[in-house]
Amino acid sequence: MPGLIPQRRPSLVGLLDWVIRKLTGGRAALRGQSVLKVGIAIVIAFLVMTALANLIPSLNGYHPTLYRDAPRLEGPTGSHWMGTDQLQRDVFSRILSGGKASLTVAFSAVALSMTIGSILGWLSGFTGGWVDRVMSLTMDAIYSFPSMILAIVLVAMFGSGLAPMIWAVGFVYIPTYFRVTRAEVLQVRETTYIEAIHAVGASKTRIIWRHVAPNTVNAIMAVSSFNLADAILTVAALSFLGYGLPPPAPDWGFDIQNGQKYLQSGAWWLITFPGIMIITLSLGFGLIGEGISDLVNPKRKRKKI
Amino acid sequence: MGGIGRYVLQRVLLTIPMIFILLTVVFLLLRVMPGDPVTAMLGGKNVSAEVIAEYRTRLGFDQPLYIQYARYLGGVLRGDFGESTRTGKPVLQELLLRFPATIELGLFGILVAGIFGFSTGLIAATKADQPADHAVRVFHIASFAMPLFWLGLMLQVIFAVKLGWLPVASRLGGRMAFSFQPITGFYVLDAILRWDGKALADVVRHLVLPAVTLGVALTGLQGRITRASMLEVLDMDYITTARAKGVRERVVVLQHALRNALIPIITVFGLQFAVLMGGAVLTETVFSWPGIASYLVRSIDARDYYSIQGTVVFIALFISTINLIVDVFYSAVDPRVRY
Repeated sequence: MPGLIPQRRPSLVGLLDWVIRKLTGGRAALRGQSVLKVGIAIVIAFLVMTALANLIPSLNGYHPTLYRDAPRLEGPTGSHWMGTDQLQRDVFSRILSGGKASLTVAFSAVALSMTIGSILGWLSGFTGGWVDRVMSLTMDAIYSFPSMILAIVLVAMFGSGLAPMIWAVGFVYIPTYFRVTRAEVLQVRETTYIEAIHAVGASKTRIIWRHVAPNTVNAIMAVSSFNLADAILTVAALSFLGYGLPPPAPDWGFDIQNGQKYLQSGAWWLITFPGIMIITLSLGFGLIGEGISDLVNPKRKRKKI
Repeated sequence: MGGIGRYVLQRVLLTIPMIFILLTVVFLLLRVMPGDPVTAMLGGKNVSAEVIAEYRTRLGFDQPLYIQYARYLGGVLRGDFGESTRTGKPVLQELLLRFPATIELGLFGILVAGIFGFSTGLIAATKADQPADHAVRVFHIASFAMPLFWLGLMLQVIFAVKLGWLPVASRLGGRMAFSFQPITGFYVLDAILRWDGKALADVVRHLVLPAVTLGVALTGLQGRITRASMLEVLDMDYITTARAKGVRERVVVLQHALRNALIPIITVFGLQFAVLMGGAVLTETVFSWPGIASYLVRSIDARDYYSIQGTVVFIALFISTINLIVDVFYSAVDPRVRY
């Protein structure tokens, strides 16, 4: 009887599972981790889409900046699936390649803050004393300040564009990694095996790099996924406020700002579609974060916080 | 001095170095970064070197860094945030004028987040792993991933442009904006004080969309913490005991569990003020809301250096104060918190 045996439909998630099972020789790390898989699938899909669209600009037949022959401000139709903007460009083609800034800045900024924040956290947690106190207080002070405002002020000072956004967003997240690694270090430091290594005569640097740091990696991984989700939103907001890529370049945040001008005339498609892209991508990173947290902390899974 | 008085004093004394560090970080970020403020201020304009030099002397940027730092700290202590190069008015005066608008928006945003987040979190916790729980959690995660400015614009499209139920932006409608006389700057309060029903209706109508925008953005955090905190408490032995004694489930949840689950929930409420101020930048921009966050954005666009610095310092002071209040409030809610 059809329908009794669940058919495995070919899907991106299924494909991903297959690839990972092949790669790990069946020791599938992702088995049952549907949240994590969906998250990874979304992010990979976005990476592939954005990379392709930036390599082949006219991916859907229209160039995101050069094509200007569409009807002006027309809603979704058969030939322009997501409508057209005031400069007679195809919205869908701009959506496809508009994630470049978001992805570039999010990944670079998180890598930057992860490196600086973790190193500071390890040092601070391991050194202790007044160094630790001053560092912690400074980081807490930065952490308590609204990150969005800090990022905006920093970008305004650095100037707009990709590199300034990376520095600004990266700076804002440093305290997050500092706090996570410092807390982990303090916990690991108290364990008997660290004490034993210390007694054997290992140097401080060796203990930090070989024994304390690796133990903090899991926590950092989970935090960084949530951070990426947040970074996508921050970059979108910065672009929306006009601190992102210069105008003709396709960018979700900036395109939404552009759409705002035609909102009163009811051109909903100009803001709706770029927004859905931002949400989906951010959601993808968020789901990865959820998935990793479940993996790292199985107890948490039961309660599904 | 008694327990709580001493605790408050200790907490105030701890806040001082925190504020000091925050002020120093702000100073260093704005001073040491590439491009000095004068060039930024005159940015793009074709001005001679003499004019730039004159500006530098007048604003004190030709002094060594430590003197600038001392002047800056001294100014902040005396409540002198400098003058806006755009309007020529003292920055503090400009900020105080706009502060009520931000606070009003923020309070109603928190109210929305509190109602949505708290109730959905509570439902999810009591119906853990049931369909209602899953639906709520998807809603919470989606609220996290939602760009706030986008939500605001979508609400504008749907409720203002398409349906025409609510105004698109600003705090008051056209005619009302001229006739309404604010007293405190909190328009809801002002309309009530003036006993003006029409004004109150107008003010509330303008407040709905921005408050919901800001509120929904905070709902995810509030809801997740409520759910997690409730689940943890509901798992405890004394809850099992209460249930075994035959206490009604409603009483168990609302009286036995909720009280103990409140501490993390309130903590998040306090932390939200930081997120809230960040969200306010976008909400105020989208809804042309005349608060300090939109003032900051306009100052940045105008390269109004003292206004930018002043606003950042002002927000820093505000956040520190709120954190202090939240910390003190714990000890009132939880008798175990005694330092």
